[in-house]
Amino acid sequence: MKSRALWGIALAVGMAGAAGAAERGPVTYAADINFAEDGSVAESLTGKPGNPENGAQVLAQKKIGNCIACHQVTALKDYPFHGEIGPSLDGVGSRYSEAQLRGILVDAKKTFEGSMMPSFFKTGGFIRPGIGFTGKPAKEPLPPLLTAEQIEDAVAFLMTLKDE
Amino acid sequence: MRRKAFATAALVALGLAGPLSADPVDDKLIVNGETELVTHTKAPDYIDGLDEIWSGWAFRAAETRAIEADDFDNPGMIFVEDAEAVWNRVEGGAGKSCASCHGDPSSMKGVRTVMPKYNEKAGDLWSLEDYINDCRVNRMQAEAWGWNDKDMVNMTALISVQSRGMPMNVAIDGPAKPYWEKGREMYYTRTGQLELSCANCHEDHYGDMIRADHLSQGQINGFPTYRLKNAKLNSIHARFKGCVRDTRAATYKPGSPEFHALELYVASRGNGLSVEGVAVRN
Repeated sequence: MKSRALWGIALAVGMAGAAGAAERGPVTYAADINFAEDGSVAESLTGKPGNPENGAQVLAQKKIGNCIACHQVTALKDYPFHGEIGPSLDGVGSRYSEAQLRGILVDAKKTFEGSMMPSFFKTGGFIRPGIGFTGKPAKEPLPPLLTAEQIEDAVAFLMTLKDE
Repeated sequence: MRRKAFATAALVALGLAGPLSADPVDDKLIVNGETELVTHTKAPDYIDGLDEIWSGWAFRAAETRAIEADDFDNPGMIFVEDAEAVWNRVEGGAGKSCASCHGDPSSMKGVRTVMPKYNEKAGDLWSLEDYINDCRVNRMQAEAWGWNDKDMVNMTALISVQSRGMPMNVAIDGPAKPYWEKGREMYYTRTGQLELSCANCHEDHYGDMIRADHLSQGQINGFPTYRLKNAKLNSIHARFKGCVRDTRAATYKPGSPEFHALELYVASRGNGLSVEGVAVRN
């Protein structure tokens, strides 16, 4: 968090158009989202409960959520190489409500200002968005990093991670 | 980071540390048993986000670190030898080689330490590649090399080796200042669908693991760098491009004004670290 203040400065400078690099469109999501004051999202994105087994795959697989790139999760210890960028998710289902976890997955910056965590349901409002990992420029709206179903599955899995 | 280092030290003292510590390794890099390189020192005072600066060498596995310590083991040195042959090769309408004007490559000693720098005549910020192409086109009347052509990257390596062990010392004031400021702005701008800035990983989280990768400070004093991943020398701008692409962003082109500015800013974050000529990384 050393540089949160600096990001603020950088973004402010960027938005003044100094390099023309920081132009961006309005922030959009893959569906209408009602964020509560604390960043949580009460309504299910699919209108039905998620599948925790599929949710485990969303967290573990590089091609899906790749959440363990940054977070350690003991329940997923069979999948190698857990990162240490964000906090461990052990017990996260006891620390947060379902609505809070959903809000963090949809757009973590609404809960934790300046969070490094990507906004998994966001489709617009990026600086220099690219098409996947090709390096080529993309037109917004982009497909979200995770679908509504994948987010609900991940939430269902996270809710199973209770303190002992 | 710093807090974690203390915590790790405390755990080690208590005998509780796990087998893996992700912090940079405070080891000495002595090349060929004779040239000691500075891989860890105090950060320049104009870099607010860092107290200490570390070469990427300190974040690599013991085996990778050992390869760089011996020129016979360092595969990057084969490309330096290739560049030596090109140095002496006559090309272009003027019937000249690099050696015709510059003599031995050792005449390039110190050049790498101040790159990129503002070129008065051109009125622009020039990287080593720009100086090489200026020689090729205007003095040799030969064709310009592409930024990432093998001959170009190898030649920057040959020139870098001449400064091995000398501290990076790019100028950030005077006419270089606007470029440096633009580079700094880029460093802290969160780009792409993943909304990541250089600083997110390389200032706030150096030393941490991101999946199987050990994040370094992204220093460029060791460039061009031999990567085990692609078994060739890699230019600074090619590496920048790979990093920007990995934020799911639209990249800039190697040789673009943006990457020139970013190169100056990132180089300045490493002022004081030795030119490695040539580094070995993952």
